[in-house]
Amino acid sequence: MSSPATVIPMPHGEPVPVPAPAPAPAAASGWRQLVADWSADRQAFHVSWGKAMMWIFLLSDTFVFGSFLTGYMTVRGSTTVAWPNPSQVFALHIGGSDVPLILIAIMTFVLITSSGTMAMAVNFAYRRDRVNAAALMLVTAGFGEMFVGMQAFEWSKLIMEGVRPWGNPMGAAQFGSAFFMITGFHGLHVTIGVIYLIWVAVRLLRGRYERSGNYQIVEIAGLYWHFVDLVWVFIFAFFYLW
Amino acid sequence: MAAHGTAQQHPIGLYLKVWALLFVLSALSYMVDYFHFQGLLRWSLIVVLMLLKAGLIVAVFMHMAWERMALICAILVPPVALLVLVGMMASEAGYTFLSRLLFFR
Repeated sequence: MSSPATVIPMPHGEPVPVPAPAPAPAAASGWRQLVADWSADRQAFHVSWGKAMMWIFLLSDTFVFGSFLTGYMTVRGSTTVAWPNPSQVFALHIGGSDVPLILIAIMTFVLITSSGTMAMAVNFAYRRDRVNAAALMLVTAGFGEMFVGMQAFEWSKLIMEGVRPWGNPMGAAQFGSAFFMITGFHGLHVTIGVIYLIWVAVRLLRGRYERSGNYQIVEIAGLYWHFVDLVWVFIFAFFYLW
Repeated sequence: MAAHGTAQQHPIGLYLKVWALLFVLSALSYMVDYFHFQGLLRWSLIVVLMLLKAGLIVAVFMHMAWERMALICAILVPPVALLVLVGMMASEAGYTFLSRLLFFR
């Protein structure tokens, strides 16, 4: 339906045609009116609502992790005590010598591998190959669980070495709080991701999405999982390598 | 067939290539630490490798490269506010650091 254009005379220059506002639905009032207005048939993002909402959630999560990393930058930049050298703190004693940062490197490779299997799962889901898609999602969840396991090992090791949120024997006291806060929150995201992936994979195997004919949930779950990998890229660079 | 018009269907070879590239980039950033690069070289290498990895993950794995401009802008522009925060907090950290050096040592 084309709405009639009214012409508003401007003080200077040519008159500008202004489209009349679309007629508002009249029937509802109160809360129903609010819902009708906000859910009216106007669309800015031409993607499904699930995908748009996942992206908006991930944007908000970007701000959470961005603020954590900024806070870490601030305490690290403002302390007069030497910052513990992550290369040595996270070294493992393997075969008679200390290999710097090796556990973190392995964790990085595990997470990237899981991102690869997730991308393949999305691909299989859109081919409606639900068995392979679900299998790859479960493999992804397995890699995620492996990552969380190694993180638990890393936490235990540091706690046994005396690292606490309020101090540590290696240097600046803020190291512990930044470490536990940032990696803890990331580990929580991985854990939730593992549960989410298993949940979607089970529904996939049961044929729930085959019946509805819509496999996009796999891509949406994939968005979350890739985001967890993305955050790790930044944590790896700024916390462990810097 | 795309049931909802926005299905992201891309050749599996592309994912495998990006996957391999991410492995190489991760190995390179680990090498930065392993070979003890220091100073400006270390920091620039870390940031460049990080941005390459992040860009590949967002563009290919998260399909951002094939989304419409409206969605790309809605997601990628707001984080610029974080860069402003980083700038402000960096100067704040420098100020606190100098105050501590002057008055608390």
